[in-house]
Amino acid sequence: MMTVGVLALQGAFEEHIAFLRRLGVEVFEIRKRGDLRRAFDGLILPGGESTVISSLLRELKIMESLREAVKNGLPVLGTCAGLILLAKEIAASEERYLGTMDINVVRNGYGRQLGSFAKKGLFLGKKIEMRFIRAPYIKEVGKNVRVLAVVDHKIVAAQEGNQLVTAFHPELTGDDTVHRHFLEIIHEHTAMDFKK
Amino acid sequence: MENQRYQLNKELAQMLKGGVIMDVTTPEQAIIAEKAGACAVMALERIPADIRVAGGVSRMSDPKMIKGIQEAVSLPVMAKCRIGHFAEAQILEALEIDYIDESEVLSPADDVYHIDKTKFKVPFVCGARDLGEALRRINEGAAMLRTKGEPGTGDIVQAVRHMRLIQSEIRKIVSFREDELFHAAKELEVPYDLIVYVHENGKLPVVNFAAGGVATPADAALMMQLGAEGVFVGSGIFKSGDPEKRARAIVKAVTNYHDAKILAALSEDLGEAMVGVNEDEIELLMAERGK
Repeated sequence: MMTVGVLALQGAFEEHIAFLRRLGVEVFEIRKRGDLRRAFDGLILPGGESTVISSLLRELKIMESLREAVKNGLPVLGTCAGLILLAKEIAASEERYLGTMDINVVRNGYGRQLGSFAKKGLFLGKKIEMRFIRAPYIKEVGKNVRVLAVVDHKIVAAQEGNQLVTAFHPELTGDDTVHRHFLEIIHEHTAMDFKK
Repeated sequence: MENQRYQLNKELAQMLKGGVIMDVTTPEQAIIAEKAGACAVMALERIPADIRVAGGVSRMSDPKMIKGIQEAVSLPVMAKCRIGHFAEAQILEALEIDYIDESEVLSPADDVYHIDKTKFKVPFVCGARDLGEALRRINEGAAMLRTKGEPGTGDIVQAVRHMRLIQSEIRKIVSFREDELFHAAKELEVPYDLIVYVHENGKLPVVNFAAGGVATPADAALMMQLGAEGVFVGSGIFKSGDPEKRARAIVKAVTNYHDAKILAALSEDLGEAMVGVNEDEIELLMAERGK
């Protein structure tokens, strides 16, 4: 059975956990360094406040281990704040967190809470509901990054290798398209281990 | 569309869960709070402990001061308006504040009516001492709740009382037969459909934080274990000896609230906690404001 670790330092991690459980996935919370001793096939970085999650990643000494794991191919899904954590570049900021994905992102890209919105958009050609809460967007992507969704001329979902990010919150809707795509990535990654 | 806005506003509160919202009075304090790991800041001119000392009428903060804080941090910025003072709320909305706290910490502007929060696009958080108050605020359009506690005292007893009461009333509603829910709605003076929601889901329809009297990492852990989804810390941080260190410790305590070893380590050597005031020593019970 597939096991996914959900970073549970702050934010909407319970929503991801409930979502994965409905899809029949074994889930556990990562709240401290010791939690990383468990073996897992995939990682979710949830929505929340990226400044909070990143400072806790540092203080609880989890940052380096996760960065290494992601660099070594651990499949990861980052939503909203999770997208910011994975970005190599954050516009108008010197801050870098995990910095493993070749994307340049704009934090609070749609302004304050009055700019939050919901909209139907195409993700890998399928129309799904997208909920943007004080969301970032992706300004530029590197050459190995595949753009998965564009809304209002802004990139809102992308993939580089086993790293999948969305600016919106699939865990707040009933649509499992994004999570299923992530589980596919995990499947393929796990299957790789058996290839000659 | 209006319904959509309310949903988005409730969802912003979901993003704040597991976090600490800190009172700040200057851009400098806001930056300290952000660095220490606050998930949002509450911009106000005086923290509750100082409001107590100053006495007199306490009002919405100067928009200039709020804007200074909005520019200083990338975090959501909240600000308080007086209970029932919808004109102050309109001003805060014009500033594009991320959350309005219709707060008993300020002097109430209306002793009967709360603000009709359904008329606003920006979200509101309100205080509640029991399930009736909580559901009445939700019915008026609040997208997030917090316990009232007793602000500015550093005394956790009231926040504990409010959180326990709300949780036990929820358990009671869950245990009722369906035909008993009509009477429960009448008793609590709240709409029937909200009672049905609580009965079916065993929780409030919005996120509920602890507030009022949180001064130590242990206080924060206590409230989380009692069912809070996050905490507000007001006077507890910037009235203490080493605000930054204490703020960091409280943030970590909220994440690892059930790990006593971690709590023990981060409670060490925090310097002076704020000087507390016991509830029977204070003259003004802010929690009594707005029902």
